[in-house]
Amino acid sequence: MNNLPLISLMTFIPLFGGGILWCFGGGWSGRKATRIGTGIGLLTLAVAFFLGLRFDPDLGTIQHIERYRWIPALNVDYFVGVDGLSILMVGLTALLAPVALSTAREAAPRAHRFAALILFLEAGLIGVFTALNFFHWFLFWELSLIPAFFLIRLWANPRQSEAAFPFFLYAFVGSVALLLSFLALFAATGTFDFAELAEQAKRGELMSRVAANLGWKEGASPQGIGLLLFGLAFFGVAVKVPIYPFHTWSPAAYAAAPASVTLLLSGAMSKMGLYALLRLILPIFPDQAAQAAAPLLILTVGTIVFSALAACVQTDLRRIFAYSSINHLGYCFLGAFAVMSGPADASSTPDAAAAINGVGLHMFNHGVLAGLIFFLLGRLEARAGGLRGLGDFGGLHSITPRLAAVAWTALLASLGLPGLNAFIGEFLIFKGAFAHVQWATAFSSLGLLLTAVFLLNVIQKVFAGPPNEKWRTMPDLNRGEWLVIAPALALIISAGVYPQYLLRFVNETSLHWLAQLGKTP
Amino acid sequence: MKDIVHILWLIPLLPLLAAGALALAPRLGKRSVSFLAVGALAASCVLSVLALWATLGESEGEGEVWRQTVNFPWFSMGAAFMEIGWVLDPLAAVMAALVSFVGCMIFLFSVGYMASDKQYARFFCLMSFFAAAMLGLTIANSLLLLFICWELVGAASYLLIGFWTRKPGAAAAAKKAFIVTRIGDLGFFIGMLWLSSASGTLLFYDEGKGCLEESALTSLGAQTALFGLAVPAALTWLVLWGAMGKSGQAPLHVWLPDAMEGPTPVSALIHAATMVAAGIFLLARIYPLASIAGDAVSFDPLAAAAWIGSLTALFGAIVAVAQTDIKRILAYSTISQLGYMMLGLGAGGPATAMFHLLTHAFFKALLFLGAGSVIHACRGEQDIRRLGGLRPCMPFTFACYAVGMLALSGFPLLSGFWSKDAVLHEAGAWNPSQLPFFFGLAGAFLTAFYMSRQMVYVFFGENRARTENRQSSTRPKENDAMMTLPLLVLAAGAALLGFIGTPALPAFQSYLEGQALETSAGVLWEAKTLGLLLLSSVIALAGIFFGWLLYRPSRFHPATQEDPLRRMLPRCYRWAENQFFVDELYQRTVLRGLRFLGDLAEIVDRRMWERAGRLCAAFVRGIAWIARLADEGLANAGLDRFCLSVRRIAALLAKIQNGRIQSYLKIAGASLAIVALVFAWLRS
Repeated sequence: MNNLPLISLMTFIPLFGGGILWCFGGGWSGRKATRIGTGIGLLTLAVAFFLGLRFDPDLGTIQHIERYRWIPALNVDYFVGVDGLSILMVGLTALLAPVALSTAREAAPRAHRFAALILFLEAGLIGVFTALNFFHWFLFWELSLIPAFFLIRLWANPRQSEAAFPFFLYAFVGSVALLLSFLALFAATGTFDFAELAEQAKRGELMSRVAANLGWKEGASPQGIGLLLFGLAFFGVAVKVPIYPFHTWSPAAYAAAPASVTLLLSGAMSKMGLYALLRLILPIFPDQAAQAAAPLLILTVGTIVFSALAACVQTDLRRIFAYSSINHLGYCFLGAFAVMSGPADASSTPDAAAAINGVGLHMFNHGVLAGLIFFLLGRLEARAGGLRGLGDFGGLHSITPRLAAVAWTALLASLGLPGLNAFIGEFLIFKGAFAHVQWATAFSSLGLLLTAVFLLNVIQKVFAGPPNEKWRTMPDLNRGEWLVIAPALALIISAGVYPQYLLRFVNETSLHWLAQLGKTP
Repeated sequence: MKDIVHILWLIPLLPLLAAGALALAPRLGKRSVSFLAVGALAASCVLSVLALWATLGESEGEGEVWRQTVNFPWFSMGAAFMEIGWVLDPLAAVMAALVSFVGCMIFLFSVGYMASDKQYARFFCLMSFFAAAMLGLTIANSLLLLFICWELVGAASYLLIGFWTRKPGAAAAAKKAFIVTRIGDLGFFIGMLWLSSASGTLLFYDEGKGCLEESALTSLGAQTALFGLAVPAALTWLVLWGAMGKSGQAPLHVWLPDAMEGPTPVSALIHAATMVAAGIFLLARIYPLASIAGDAVSFDPLAAAAWIGSLTALFGAIVAVAQTDIKRILAYSTISQLGYMMLGLGAGGPATAMFHLLTHAFFKALLFLGAGSVIHACRGEQDIRRLGGLRPCMPFTFACYAVGMLALSGFPLLSGFWSKDAVLHEAGAWNPSQLPFFFGLAGAFLTAFYMSRQMVYVFFGENRARTENRQSSTRPKENDAMMTLPLLVLAAGAALLGFIGTPALPAFQSYLEGQALETSAGVLWEAKTLGLLLLSSVIALAGIFFGWLLYRPSRFHPATQEDPLRRMLPRCYRWAENQFFVDELYQRTVLRGLRFLGDLAEIVDRRMWERAGRLCAAFVRGIAWIARLADEGLANAGLDRFCLSVRRIAALLAKIQNGRIQSYLKIAGASLAIVALVFAWLRS
């Protein structure tokens, strides 16, 4: 009982479950495939929950490690484990996947394929959030991409299914860049192990070894190669989240994909990039990140402000929330880069810890929030026969008051209303970042204002005003939908009022992380 | 009694629980809803009064304020904790008692006013939520907690302005209110971040370690920010910006008149008595920080507050003169009165501002509820030109409204007279300039004038809607006791409350500042004090008189008749009527600018970044194409030739396998012979 390989279990349950659905689900009805798929998703959630119970948040180190020799010739181990950040991300994925799975029936007659692909995607995500060796981390990273591509390509409405290609190409090019960067590291050090690579980077010998290995000119500083590799790796991450200017795939893909896939794309998949940034890139390239902090911060501020501005003029609800998602994740970049650019003295440690806590918390909270918002949007689209323009509705509060009330809560949470979940993360990020980079933070706060502008606009156009006769008979939320909404609302409100139950997972991890980066004296 | 601080959290929690219960049980009957909401707030009110009682007479004299705090950790940030808590001191106690008491009256009024509304439960849910947030704001002992409540009252205000969701105007007004106040909140937010990084704590009072206490203030005062501005000054500027947004100070006042789209009790509670005063309360709370900021001569934020306040006071009064909507007049009057509070804060100090805040809360809530009573009786009519002659029909409302109107105008001995006089007294003694004082005097005259105009229009003469429009011939009737009783209580407050802070017996001021109370009847007879008292009396009476002169019913006039002021000063009237075109200005500049930037971002996205992506893709495709050419032309050419030769040889070999046994035997024999020969050669 004590040595249950929980993490592997959690990864392979959806993988095998998805395989079974894919192979044998052909004859099942859409309802049956949906039930089985959701069941597998819930089973994974149960394992994740159990893992969360067994996790000791006060340690801050990596726990539940499973490590097996895998490919000795390449010095590759199967090496997985979780720390506080991983566990939040795993929990988020396991929470969102069943929601997406529960809508598989709408993908009939290929509901089993749809459910199987979502399960593969879930396996890929969980693999990414738990792997500690680049080799299979990267396998999972790519594994998540392929089902996502097919989910968009095959179930998007025919006019927009082209959007799958930019999505795939951007992500794929990014992956190649990331792979190249890590192959260069591997060639020089002979290891794919994150911790070892970070340790070497901390001692300052990583880049000189790489430079020597690549036959970089004698006597020249290894700075150039370091920045190049950092740039490649960062590109891989930047595309995934995304950050400006590598983001154009995302509104298109979010708009094209079925709502439940968008829910996963925005809720969970966008966190892969941020997770990779925190787990791999910043620990392995700390000096390079500090050197490049100024341009990175400019990109971040640009992302925050321009995505919010762009969201103000969109007319497709999906695109509005796609830009909103970019905007929200920009805050996470802000926190991370602000800490990287700051000094490492005693006075700045609490602020740095606040910022990193905020990043971890905001990743989780945004996942829940984006999940709820895209879920509601999907329900709305299903009621409206696929319509989702800003001007297509109006006065829904009079017709579907409960849907409106839930949507208002979600949107107010999204604009950072205190008492609801997003505020705490944003406050921590801004508080930590302000101590390090005042101007970037001050400019980023414009994003908070612009977010209010477009979100309130959505409320006004969709829910307020005289009721639109066309939707006179639109049904309000049904019991099945409450099953999703009630836990989400509970999470949103509880995390806003008592964030400590989430923060305790990341707090020690953040301190550990900062110590690893030399940010604590 | 002293231990009441430990249960102070119940004050905001009770209404919050009521709000939660109402949100979860929307099908409750009206009686239970009213009972729950009013009961919870009444309980909070009792607690607040007990807390106020506990702080009374606890003054330690010599400017030291009696104060108790309870702080606790909320969440962790690395090794440290974010702490929040609540505080019981005179400022918190007065504000909490005021909010809960006036809130109770307005809740009671709403029971009658909203009785026929279908969304009765939702109304009281949101109102209770507002009351909870506002009470939390009053007792917060942490700038973060204060900010949280500040945002929550903003959200409640947003939801209540847009309460009648079917009215398109309501939704637009709600959005505008939220966004304009949020522009201010950004300043507050950044100020809070700054304070937290400069002082390391957001607690106000924490046994010597709080950011408003001696040691933190000294260390903050020693730090300089940009342009040689001391950090406290910069912080106060930012917070002042936030306070201006919430308290409707020009140029961020534009949301407040539009907020009148909400139900009238909402306007009374949120947009007159309590929430809009939160900005003044905030500045009063951080006054220790703001007052050490005043050393830098040119950038003193408190001086700025005095200027902004006096200009807003005058501006609001001018605009109110030319409005015709009964609630809009009161809204501009609120803006103007908030200007006086700001002036009092900047020129005098928190005690002066809080005194005016207190009296204003009573008489303005009274006026709004009176207006609500009128609107209720006249079936939603809000245009004062179409009202009139209500005095005989609604004598009780008329009497209460008259008290409120006289108090607001500064009629001698009523509450507004004393508190406005205190503000003007401080402004007159203000060193940097005398201009704000004169602005204040002009504003006071106009206040009396527009209130008298409104009074005449609404209550005197004939009922114009009825004389013009025969079919609606039902006489407006006095409302029932549920609505009139709160008016009576508020009217009593509006009349008498001023006596707690007269120059002769400044009980309120010394209580707030922790001074020992000194009765000094002699002060009253000093030339300066007495002169000012007389001057403001004369001004108020003159304003009322001119209003009566111009609009008196004997000259009156159907609804369509031109306003006499428009005939006298057409150009000025036009500017005032259109609120100085501030909305139009913002429409043309800010909103268009935002739209332009949004479009720009969109175009940059589509034209630049997306095309750049496509260009990269095209570039890669080009390379692939070249590679393909090279493959087919060079690499593959060699391979193809090799393959060709293989095929030729194969064809040759295939010819041997022709299937005839004779030729196989021939080949076999020949091969055998060759092998035998080779072996023989090898052996030798």
